[in-house]
Amino acid sequence: MPYVILLVINAIFVNNFVLSRFLGICPFLGVSRKTDTALGMGMAVIFVMGVASVITYALDLVLVAAGIEYLRTIVFILVIACLIQLVEIFVKKFSPSLYSALGVYLPLITTNCAVLGVAIMNVTELATTNILYAFINGVASGVGFTIAILILAGIREKMELADIPERFKGFPITLVAASLIAMGFAAFGGLSF
Amino acid sequence: MRQKVKDTLEPLTSGIIKDNATFRLVLGTCPTLAVTTSGLNGLYMGLATTFVLVCSNAIISLLRKIIPRKVRIPCYILVIATFSTIVEMVMRKFLPAIYDVMGLFLSLIVVNCILLARAESFSSLNPVLPSVMDGIGIGLGFTMSLTLMGLVREFLGAGTFFGLVVPFMQNIKMTVFILPAGGFMVFGIMMVLYNLVVGEIEKKIHDYKHRHYHAITNPLLKAQEDEEQAKREASMGGDK
Repeated sequence: MPYVILLVINAIFVNNFVLSRFLGICPFLGVSRKTDTALGMGMAVIFVMGVASVITYALDLVLVAAGIEYLRTIVFILVIACLIQLVEIFVKKFSPSLYSALGVYLPLITTNCAVLGVAIMNVTELATTNILYAFINGVASGVGFTIAILILAGIREKMELADIPERFKGFPITLVAASLIAMGFAAFGGLSF
Repeated sequence: MRQKVKDTLEPLTSGIIKDNATFRLVLGTCPTLAVTTSGLNGLYMGLATTFVLVCSNAIISLLRKIIPRKVRIPCYILVIATFSTIVEMVMRKFLPAIYDVMGLFLSLIVVNCILLARAESFSSLNPVLPSVMDGIGIGLGFTMSLTLMGLVREFLGAGTFFGLVVPFMQNIKMTVFILPAGGFMVFGIMMVLYNLVVGEIEKKIHDYKHRHYHAITNPLLKAQEDEEQAKREASMGGDK
């Protein structure tokens, strides 16, 4: 149990996916204009990362048993792409309200490197010994992503009203804001274990 | 942004400066921020991506009439994943030190949005040669900006230049620049500087071309300019 708590804190704060591992920067910058859409994206990412972690972890056991680990990248990305399609179809059929909430964000997640990142990390760096830990790590990483994108979206909404130099409008000022958030999150590094 | 080209060399040059992947199109931001802790890492990452981009562009352009539109994205991803696995294996064998530093991000070349964006907007519409040129152009532009960012961060954060120690920087180096926070900051500020410098140069070139274009092709405008010139000279003469 203590290990689970450490895993969650580590994934959300200490090694935040966006702000310290630099995974999933594209949606972080692209879909953070409004807090509503940011939240929608975040929820979709949490969902897909959780499911993808479990499936890729199980598949990796098969790959290792067959001695073809070098196919990891290809297999994982294909599985994730198919998984997202499947999830979209299922959610559309069984929960139209959730579908309308996640809507356009589901297909966008295919090229979100955070999903593939967590899948690979589960089987290499983290060396989680248990499929449950892989699932928890996936969900917690998704939560970390959601927190980061929500903070940035909140700042960007306020920034609409601010007087920004012409050249800094758009991406540059967003990046500077992200830098300041990252500095804040760097303080969690003190928690590292 | 879907484009078809006639001139083979045009995509090569436009990919480096005008459509620079990092600073103009803002694609592939994850590796841009993650591996640019030193100039050398940026260079290697850029070259690895360039290799994958050129190969996948060529293959996708060859298959552009065979791949059905509905399943094109999985097909593109499969082609890209194949080449990125090749790069990963080659790097692990021949450049183990670099492989250790980049680790995860070499596998993540697959989900670098540059590759899918170029497949979708360029190589699926154009013949092989322009597609390869586009791959080289965009790839070199990406390599250039990654190396540049790596150099700036390395210089400010570690006081070194391509791994060589810069003496006077050792006392005033700011470690924050090789930490994640500095990555975002340097990226934002370099984007502004890039657009400032390149934008000014492009404006000058555009103005120059525009003026000469009219002078050559539009006799009426030329005549009007001549007339104004004559009037100005006449008035100056009058002052005397």
